[in-house]
Amino acid sequence: MNLTLKIWRQKGPKDKGKMVDYQVTEISENMSFLEMMDVLNEQLINKGEEPVAFDHDCREGICGMCSMYINGEAHGPDRGVTTCQLHMRMFKDGDTITIEPFRAKAFPVIKDLVVDRSSFERIQQAGGFISVNTSGNTQDANAIPIDKHAADMAMDSATCIGCGACVASCKNSSAMLFVGAKVSQYALLPQGQVEAVDRVKNMVAQMDLEGFGNCTNTGACEVECPKGISLENIARLNREYFKASVKG
Amino acid sequence: MSVLDSKVPKGPLKDKWTTYKDKINLVNPANKRSIDVIVVGTGLAGGSAAATLAELGYKVKAFCYQDSPRRAHSIAAQGGINAAKNYQGDGDSTYRLFYDTVKGGDYRSREANVYRLAEVSANIIDQCVAQGVPFARDYGGLLDNRSFGGVLVSRTFYAKGQTGQQLLLGAYSAMNRQIARGKIEMYNRHEMLDVVKVDGKARGIIARNLVTGEIERHSAHAVVIASGGYGNVYFLSTNAMGSNATAAWKIHKKGAFFANPCYTQIHPTCIPRSGDYQSKLTLMSESLRNDGRIWVPKNMEDVMAIREGKKLPTDLSEDERDYYLERRYPAFGNLVPRDVASRAAKERCDAGYGVNATGEAVYLDFKSAIERYGLEQAKIHGVLNPSKEKITQLGEAVVEEKYGNLFQMYEKIVDQDPYKTPMMIYPATHYTMGGVWVDYNLMTTVEGLYCIGEANFSDHGANRLGASALMQGLADGYFVLPYTIGDYLSHEIRTGKIPTNTPEFDAAEKEVTDKINFFINNKGTHSVDYYHKKLGKIMWDKCGMSRNAADLKQAIVEIKAIREEFYKEVKVPGSANEMNPELEKAGRVADFLELGELFAKDALMREESCGGHFREESTELDGEQKGEAKRNDAEYAFVAAWEYKGEPSDAVLHKEELEFNDIELKQRSYK
Ligand SMILES: Cc1cc2nc3c(=O)[nH]c(=O)nc-3n(C[C@H](O)[C@H](O)[C@H](O)COP(=O)(O)OP(=O)(O)OC[C@H]3O[C@@H](n4cnc5c(N)ncnc54)[C@H](O)[C@@H]3O)c2cc1C
Ligand code: SF4
Ligand code: FES
Repeated sequence: MNLTLKIWRQKGPKDKGKMVDYQVTEISENMSFLEMMDVLNEQLINKGEEPVAFDHDCREGICGMCSMYINGEAHGPDRGVTTCQLHMRMFKDGDTITIEPFRAKAFPVIKDLVVDRSSFERIQQAGGFISVNTSGNTQDANAIPIDKHAADMAMDSATCIGCGACVASCKNSSAMLFVGAKVSQYALLPQGQVEAVDRVKNMVAQMDLEGFGNCTNTGACEVECPKGISLENIARLNREYFKASVKG
Repeated sequence: MSVLDSKVPKGPLKDKWTTYKDKINLVNPANKRSIDVIVVGTGLAGGSAAATLAELGYKVKAFCYQDSPRRAHSIAAQGGINAAKNYQGDGDSTYRLFYDTVKGGDYRSREANVYRLAEVSANIIDQCVAQGVPFARDYGGLLDNRSFGGVLVSRTFYAKGQTGQQLLLGAYSAMNRQIARGKIEMYNRHEMLDVVKVDGKARGIIARNLVTGEIERHSAHAVVIASGGYGNVYFLSTNAMGSNATAAWKIHKKGAFFANPCYTQIHPTCIPRSGDYQSKLTLMSESLRNDGRIWVPKNMEDVMAIREGKKLPTDLSEDERDYYLERRYPAFGNLVPRDVASRAAKERCDAGYGVNATGEAVYLDFKSAIERYGLEQAKIHGVLNPSKEKITQLGEAVVEEKYGNLFQMYEKIVDQDPYKTPMMIYPATHYTMGGVWVDYNLMTTVEGLYCIGEANFSDHGANRLGASALMQGLADGYFVLPYTIGDYLSHEIRTGKIPTNTPEFDAAEKEVTDKINFFINNKGTHSVDYYHKKLGKIMWDKCGMSRNAADLKQAIVEIKAIREEFYKEVKVPGSANEMNPELEKAGRVADFLELGELFAKDALMREESCGGHFREESTELDGEQKGEAKRNDAEYAFVAAWEYKGEPSDAVLHKEELEFNDIELKQRSYK
C-alpha cells in the first residue's frame, strides 16, 4: 500500500505545531499501525530528517501508552483496540490518514504525538487505593468471600488501561469514564468500603482541579474505549459521589 | 580467587528465613526518616519494594522510563501467579512448591532462595487481595485456581488473562498511597544511565530526564535495581519495546557480577512473525495447550500446497497430519514443558515442514476440543442425535468461554478465525532467568547495591515453568528486600545526607554526557534499529533454543564486528536536550551489543543442555531418552557469575557451586 500521512509535528510544549504531509510506500496490510509508523521513521532517519515522536511500549494493547488520534478517532477506526492493535488492513491503498495527538487541556503536548497524561496519576494519588500496609500481616485471602458476580464486575472496571482515549474522544474532555472505572473497582469490593466516602470525593475534586470537562452523557468515551469500559461506571461514580455528599 | 559468598544462613532449610529475620539488625523508625533509598524500576518488583520501603519510613525515590509506573512491562503478564495456599486441598505445600520450582529450574537455582520464595508465596495472595486485586472467584465466593504446565497441583491464582496487569495496579496503588503522603518521590520518564560508587558503596545514580534531556544526579544510602529482563537482546521477543538491560549492564560495568546470561525461556505459543518490518512478537497464553493439538503436515507436498494457498489445513485428513508432540512424547503429549514444545516446533520447521510463508509456524488446532466439548454439551442439554453443526456450535461456545479473549486477539492480528481454521504458532524469546548476581540478601557484589525481580538471577535457575516470575517479583519487593536492606541500612544511620557535588558524581556524569554527545555527533549512515535487528538475528540463529560450540564462537566474532560498526556508522537524529526516542534506543542497543557477546560466551562455556537451552553436543545417546537434552550435574551444577574486565570477551568467570541438601537431582523424562 502507498499512503499519504498528515501528521501533527510539534517540536516542544511551547512550539506552535503544524500538520505536515508524508508519503509512505510498501506498507503491508499485516502491519500494525505503529509498525507503519516505524517504517515512516526509518525512512525519515535515512533522509536525515527527524523521526516522529510517539508513545508506545507493550505493543499488545495492555500498557495503555500508545495514544494517537487517527482520522478523527482515538486509536483509529477499529473498535475495541488500541493503536498498537490497529492493523493496516483497516485502510486502503492510496488513503490519506490524519494523525494527531490526543487533544485535551489536561493532556498538554510534549512533542509531536506525545502528550503528558500525568493528570491521571494525580487523580489516582488522590485516593485510588486501599489504605492497607504492605507488611504481609493481612488476614487470609479467603477470609472475606466475595460474590463472583461482584468480583467479575470489579474486574471489568479494573481492566481500564488508563490510555486516555475516553478524554480524547469526549467533546468536553471529560475524564469521567476513567475515574468511574477506578472508583467502581473499589466500590464493588468489600475491601474498598471503609474509605469509599473520602475516596470518591478526593478523586472527583482532583479531577476537577486538573481541568477535565464535565460529562454530558454523549457516550463517545464508551464507543472509543479499547477495553469496553461501560457507561455503567459513570453511573456508579455518580451514585458513589451522591452517597458521599449525603454522608457529608 | 572467588568473592562469591552467597550468605545463605546456616541451619535447616525450613528455619533459615525465620531465624535470619529474628537476628538481623533493625533501624529505629526515627532514623529511617533520614535514610534515602533509590529504586530503579516500578514493575512488580520495584513497585512493591518502593511502596513497602516508604511505608517502613525510608525516603524513597523511584524511577521508570514510562510516563507512569503502572505501564511497566509486568502489566503484560497473562497467565497467573503461583502460591502454596493449598486452597484446593490437592496436597500442595511450601515444600511442594519449592520442589517443583527447583526441579522446573533444572537444579540450577539456589535452594535457600527458592525455599524462602515458596514460604512467602501465600502472603503475596493475602496482600494483593487486601489491596483490592480482583482475582477470579468461584461461585462460593472463594478464590479460584488454575493449573499450569509441569506441575500436578492447582496453585495458580489469576485475574482473567490479565493477572500481571491486576497485580501491578495493586502495587501501583500501594505506591500511590505513599506518593500522596510524600514518602515516595516518583520520577516518571527518567532513565537511569549509571550508578555512582563512593568508597566502594553504591551512593547514587545518574539519570536522564527523557522529556527535557537534562542529566540529573540523585544520591542515596542504597540503590535498588528492579529494571526487568533483557529478552530484547533478540530484537524480536514478547517484551515491551522499551524493555532493556541498561541499568543491569551499567552496574555490571561498575562491579556487579552478571550471572547465567545464557539462560532464556523460549515460549512455544506465540503468534509467528509475518515479515521483516515486525517489531515484536505476541504471546498467546500457554493455557491454550490444554485444549489445542499441535501438528504439521506429514507430507512435503501438502506443506507446499498450503504455503502456496492451494490447500487449507482443514483439507488434510487425520492421517495426513503429524501430531509430532503426541508422537514423540506420548505421556505428556501437547503438555510437555515450554522448552520441549519449543524445540520440537523448531525441529519440524527446520526440517521444512513450517506452514506459513516464512516457514516458521506450526498449527495449534482446536477442532478435536470443539467436537469433544460439543458432544459433552449435547449430552448435558439432552440433545439427541445432534447434527455436526449443532456439535460445533455447542463446542465453540465452550471454547469461547475459556479462551475467547485470546481467540479475538489472534483474529485481530492474523485476520483468521481460529474457531474455523487452526491457529499458527511459533516459539519466541520470553523471559530471561540470568541477571545480576545477588546473595541471599539480594545484594550484588557492590556494597549497598541491590537487585530484585527479573533483573536478578537468584530464584529461577534454568526455569521452564510459568507463573513463577510474578511470584518472585512480588516476594522480593514486598517481603524479602524490606528486611534484608534494613540490615545493611542499620549501619548507615550516622552517614548523613550523601552530597552530589563530589568527584565521583562528576566522573559518572561526565561518562554519561560523553556517550550521549558521541551519539548525537556521530556522522553515521544507519539507524539504531538496523543494528538491533542484526544483533537479534545472530542471537536467534546462533544463541537461541539450540546451540553448538562452532556457532557460538562464530556469534562472538560477529557480535564484536557489529559493535565496532555500530560505533562507526550509527546515526542518531535530533539533539540531546529534548525528548529523543532514537537517542534512548541508541544507549540501550549499545548495551545489548555488549551483553549479547557475554551471553554467547556464557553459553559456550556451559557444555550441557539445561533448562530452555539445548546444547547440541550434550544429548542422551541411547536408551528411551535418546536424542533428548542431557544435563551434566557433575560438572555444571554451578552459577556462572561474570566479572567485568573491559571487553565482554575479557570477562572473568566466578563459580558459585550449588548445594542441594534437601532435594535429589534427577534427570527429566517426558516420554
Ligand atoms: C507477555 C508476557 C507474559 C508473561 N506472563 C507471565 C505469567 O503469566 N506469570 C508469570 O509469573 N510471569 C509472566 N511473565 C514474566 C513476568 O511478567 C516478568 O518476569 C515480571 O513481570 C518482571 O517484573 P519486574 O518488576 O522484574 O520488571 P518489569 O515489570 O519489566 O519492570 C521494569 C521496570 O524498570 C524500569 N526501567 C528499566 N530500565 C530502567 C532504567 N534504565 N531507568 C529507569 N527505569 C528503568 C521500567 O520503566 C519498569 O518500570 C510474562 C512476561 C511476558 C513478556
Ligand atoms: S476508560 Fe477506556 S478509554 Fe478511558 S482510560 Fe480507561 S481504557 Fe482508556
Ligand atoms: S503500546 Fe501498549 S497499549 Fe499500545
